[in-house]
Amino acid sequence: MRILVPVKRVVDYNVKIRVKADGSGVDTANVKMSMNPFDEIACEQAIRLKEAGHAEEIVAVSIGEAKCQETLRTALAMGADRGIHVEAPADVQPLAVAKMLRAIVGREQPGLVVMGKQAIDDDSNQTGQMLAALLGWAQATFISKLELADGRAVVAREVDEGLERIEVTLPAVLTVDLRLNEPRYASLPNIMKAKKKPIDVLTPGDLGVDPAPRLLYLKVEEPPRRQAGVKLGSVDELVTKLKQDAGVI
Amino acid sequence: MALRGDERHAELRAALREFCARFPAEYHRRHGAAGSYPVEFVDALTRAGWLAAMIPEAYGGSGLGLTEASVIMEEINRAGANAGHCHGQMYNMCTLLRHGSKAQKDTYLPRIATGELRLQSMAVTEPSTGSDTTRTRTTAVRRGDRYLVNGQKVWISRVQHSDLMILLARTTPLAEVRRKSEGLSLFLVDLEAALAKGLTVRPIANMVGHETSELFFDDLEIPAENLIGEEGRGFRCLLDGLNAERTLIAAECIGDGRWFIDKVKAYAKERMVFDRPIGGNQGVQFPIARAHVNVEAADLMRFQACARFDAGLDCAAEANMAKLLAADASWEAANVCLQLHGGFGFAVDFDIERKFRETRLYQVAPVSTNLILAYVAEHVLGLPRSY
Repeated sequence: MRILVPVKRVVDYNVKIRVKADGSGVDTANVKMSMNPFDEIACEQAIRLKEAGHAEEIVAVSIGEAKCQETLRTALAMGADRGIHVEAPADVQPLAVAKMLRAIVGREQPGLVVMGKQAIDDDSNQTGQMLAALLGWAQATFISKLELADGRAVVAREVDEGLERIEVTLPAVLTVDLRLNEPRYASLPNIMKAKKKPIDVLTPGDLGVDPAPRLLYLKVEEPPRRQAGVKLGSVDELVTKLKQDAGVI
Repeated sequence: MALRGDERHAELRAALREFCARFPAEYHRRHGAAGSYPVEFVDALTRAGWLAAMIPEAYGGSGLGLTEASVIMEEINRAGANAGHCHGQMYNMCTLLRHGSKAQKDTYLPRIATGELRLQSMAVTEPSTGSDTTRTRTTAVRRGDRYLVNGQKVWISRVQHSDLMILLARTTPLAEVRRKSEGLSLFLVDLEAALAKGLTVRPIANMVGHETSELFFDDLEIPAENLIGEEGRGFRCLLDGLNAERTLIAAECIGDGRWFIDKVKAYAKERMVFDRPIGGNQGVQFPIARAHVNVEAADLMRFQACARFDAGLDCAAEANMAKLLAADASWEAANVCLQLHGGFGFAVDFDIERKFRETRLYQVAPVSTNLILAYVAEHVLGLPRSY
């Protein structure tokens, strides 16, 4: 079986986000970029499946500007076998991404697509679900546990009530949650090997997809600054404040 | 190269930063305070192949040069850790790689690459023989298929976290050689075997929690096949290791310098006094800027030394000059960082006092600033020998 792992290049999770002065988006100039952490978990899971004998090949795919190849190299250094870079504008939206992934699935015929449940930049949480719908495949989202056997995947999904255990038939799209695994760091020999692994470069046109945005962002702004709190002397004072000032009781 | 120093080998740096982030400041602070060896950190570095960077691919390493090895050491120090706990493996490797026999390489390199064996120690310095290495008093006398070693060494680092050690001993008495640099030989010592049979290790407590010891050799037997290179020509072999060591330590100083500058730059921007950041004062920003200039300048010499070493050219002048420039630059940055943090610089939780002590060592070891100046005066400028 082949596993497809889509990986997105995002602002590093440690970076303090700055909004551009004109409100048109987030400032990414001279900002550290990394692989979306949920995609790292997806990549790790694919590697573990390969190590356990469930898969023969892992293909990582990234869609976006030229520097996405750095993110692909990270996936290759972790253990993916080859990469596909779809060179596209930086702000491709989930539906266009899902359509491009559908076309790549058509070419590569994977048995599984394992991907992050969402990217930490726009937090859309849509691409996996859209891809499964476009393909007509089973989907299991927010998974924190995975077992494969007899052409089926048994997963635990993290839902509001706790863990939901479901079984899906392969081929399927799996989107992974934080607690599925702890991704490995790349070892030096694997970083060196990754330099020699192939990355194919495609365009959205090669995949028959128009990457132009369908949704228009009106404005991006920072959340309001947190106001300083007050210290109260007694419970009575608190109750009065909650009644009169906050109006919540 | 058009790239700036810290832009070179970006993929190695990115991976190391991610690796080092798993060992936060608190981890190094705890080992610093206890004076203990960061076993988990060094083990993880070894498992991820970083300390086998210079071992050829055929032996299970990554076949990289001193340039890349120096980037590894730099990034460890820049991340707030101390590469002094593990840099021995890198420069000792240079000695074994360049002068070891095929049999020695076949025996040891694959096991060093996997981390099964650690080659962290090199025993050269003696209580009465510091920089004047040719006066080495420890002797190794051939007895059939063995050498019998007697003598004493001091400031031998990481012996307790190493399986193998490179040893310099005199095999022909000083009075019987034409040149005083002749008659010295290098040996590979199996430490575990030696401990039971004539080697005594006595640890020395010290200011920076560096694991270092005194060694006593009392009729220690070493198999003759553990001789590295030719008997009597050990001094030449040793120099490769020393040049690599100095260059790597220059890189560590660059890493320290950048750590101090990152730290003080952030503080100077955010620390408000008289309603404005202290970094707005020229009296504050000029010393930071000057320290940065000196770190960047030292970095150029460090890469020059690395490039010459990797090309197989003589790099003694560059290795020594890089060590001096980088050690001075990191010490300057350390002083600026401590000074501008005021009292907070002395608070253990800021990590500055620990890094300050650690980087101070490099004014002294592994070769003191005065000895570098004496070397440059005599060997580079052709001035009369001053010592």
